[in-house]
Amino acid sequence: MFEFKLPSLGADMDEGKLLEWRVKPGDKVKKGQVVAVVDTSKAAVDVEIWQDGTVFELLIEPGTRLPVGSVMATLLEEGESAPTRKPLTARGARKGEARRRATPPAAVAAEVGVAPPAVEPALAGRARVSPAARKRADALGIDIVRVAGSGPGGVVTLADIEHAAATRTVTAVAVPAEVMAARQAEMRRTIAAAMSRSKREIPHYYLFETIPLARASEWLTATNADRPITERILMAALFLKAVAIALKGFPELNGFYRNERFEPADAVHAGVAISLRGGGLVAPALHDVGSKPLPVLMRELSDLVRRTRAGSLRSSEMSDPTITVTNLGEQGVEAVLGVIYPPQVALVGFGRVAPRPVVDEADGILQVVPTVTASLAADHRVSDGHRGALFLGALRELLQHPRDL
Amino acid sequence: MKISYREALREALREALAQDSRVFLMGEDVGRYGGTYAVSKGLLEEFGPDRIRDTPLSELGFMGAGVGAALGGMRPIVEIMTINFSLLALDQIVNSAALLRHMSGGQCAVPLVIRMATGAGRQLAAQHSHSLENWYAHIPGIRVLAPATVADARGMLAPALADPDPVVIFEHAQLYSQEDALPAERVWRACDISRAAVRRAGTRASLITYGGCLPKAMQAADALAAVGIDVEVLDLRPLDLDTIAASVRRTHRVVVVDEGWKTGSLAAEIVARIAEDCLYDLDAPPRRVCSVEVPIPYARHMEAAALPQTAQIVAAVKEMLNV
Repeated sequence: MFEFKLPSLGADMDEGKLLEWRVKPGDKVKKGQVVAVVDTSKAAVDVEIWQDGTVFELLIEPGTRLPVGSVMATLLEEGESAPTRKPLTARGARKGEARRRATPPAAVAAEVGVAPPAVEPALAGRARVSPAARKRADALGIDIVRVAGSGPGGVVTLADIEHAAATRTVTAVAVPAEVMAARQAEMRRTIAAAMSRSKREIPHYYLFETIPLARASEWLTATNADRPITERILMAALFLKAVAIALKGFPELNGFYRNERFEPADAVHAGVAISLRGGGLVAPALHDVGSKPLPVLMRELSDLVRRTRAGSLRSSEMSDPTITVTNLGEQGVEAVLGVIYPPQVALVGFGRVAPRPVVDEADGILQVVPTVTASLAADHRVSDGHRGALFLGALRELLQHPRDL
Repeated sequence: MKISYREALREALREALAQDSRVFLMGEDVGRYGGTYAVSKGLLEEFGPDRIRDTPLSELGFMGAGVGAALGGMRPIVEIMTINFSLLALDQIVNSAALLRHMSGGQCAVPLVIRMATGAGRQLAAQHSHSLENWYAHIPGIRVLAPATVADARGMLAPALADPDPVVIFEHAQLYSQEDALPAERVWRACDISRAAVRRAGTRASLITYGGCLPKAMQAADALAAVGIDVEVLDLRPLDLDTIAASVRRTHRVVVVDEGWKTGSLAAEIVARIAEDCLYDLDAPPRRVCSVEVPIPYARHMEAAALPQTAQIVAAVKEMLNV
């Protein structure tokens, strides 16, 4: 038996509200599966489980607000059977089981000792959804799990999805302005707390580097010429990949500062700063950026932005960025001096990509080429300006060879 | 003015015989008796015994003669009394007519039209009542047609004769007496023997059928419309996946009605194709309404119980829609 506790979904989170369970007692869960939806101050987050098991008991009712670290559910490990002293709670019992209660009470008592999955395997499996309904739900971005089926045997049909889509639109419109305002105020407070802590605790140092992007721009143009519009690669993906590769040589910029010491991270999970439509900012992680080919990275980046704005982030994306990359180029600033998101130890910022006069170092000729100003904000407790400068140099060099990214 | 399906077939035959001297009709009782179902009544008097030829009771023999005549440049129309007896001629139909173009490397064509009655519902018992269309539809090299309307009965023979390869036309025995107004000539002349037809447009489900089951499907559609369920009816004059797929994309639900036995039926083929090509358009598992898997009984009530009926089609659609 093990406990599932409310994880911290970012350093600035100390409590959350359970919105919904995605599992029932008796369900088998796999590591990484979304088991609950929790509202943090920033977004409704899909919370994943970190160990395989079978849900034994859900201890928290949806709607409850609870501190990080609270036990939310208990689960059985592989091969473990349910302890007999703890019978199924009323919450755990389902319709199908009620029917079984027609058997004499003594028989029921014996049955309760059996592991929950035996109760009703049909319900524990995949939801019954027609293929057309599944396709439509995908297209409309409807979560099938939340749709009640009206077809034979409770199958979710096309009509159910259309109905869900129609009512969803109504709900979205009906969200009162004061609720939105309250959420925004809360998010502002959260950002304020994290950034104040950062400026209070982290001794930042800042470095700039202007990076010529002539080759990167040309390469992108050529590469995108053959791609459909939806699959075009943006400069932002190139920046992310270059940062991740450059970080290999500078582990002291990638990781966490906790308990008075630095803990380097194994992989680069780049927190991508994404502004929300209603205001506010979230920086969920794009996982293992260094190992992914650019088209994959681009796809994942688009997906992350879309899901962030739709409010469907996963807990791992919220809790494990190892460095933040902020790209303010679209807004048109020259350069950005970022504030590190604790407990991370560095932030890389990119300003606007634009044609600027550059003097060629080899022959002293003045020319106009696209450039970007990259900045590094780093934690002086972990690294020094010299190393930071070398990192920016490496970044500059990598962006001169876009083909190799 | 209404004419019967039988008269429409006769008109088509008369026209073909009159227009092309290579065309002749042969089969058991087609001449002096006027055809088992009276389709060729009067044609012997009109065209003479060279063009309307009575044959001995020897399906394999006269089918072989038909294949030979086609190879020799004629345009024979061979009638087989019922589909059950066509099994006697299968060797000529499958091993000669269907294969010769391929086996001769394209040197020999067999422009043969084979007509036969199929299906049950007339208390003719197991010797005369089966639906084996799927056996023929299985064979590459022959085109299989099933006129289900008076217009198709009138319009299909000419394009079938124009086809340089063998064509088998199945006439459901229960359709012969059906009467309908023949549409304008340009309509039945435009009969496209490569396409299925949408006989009724609808949105909630597709009833896919052919031949003798079309009237039952149309009745089912009427009954469903009366309770506010609007279904589409497809007539597979030939099997045509494009039309099926387009319909499934509109309605997302399918009931196939086939007088063949369910196991290994044309209905099975249709459902398989839908599963292969339209799975993600389906909102419910496809259903089949087929004959009970017994030889068709003689007794009227038992015969009716063995065949697909309108009420079953209605029930299948309602069940699928959970209403």
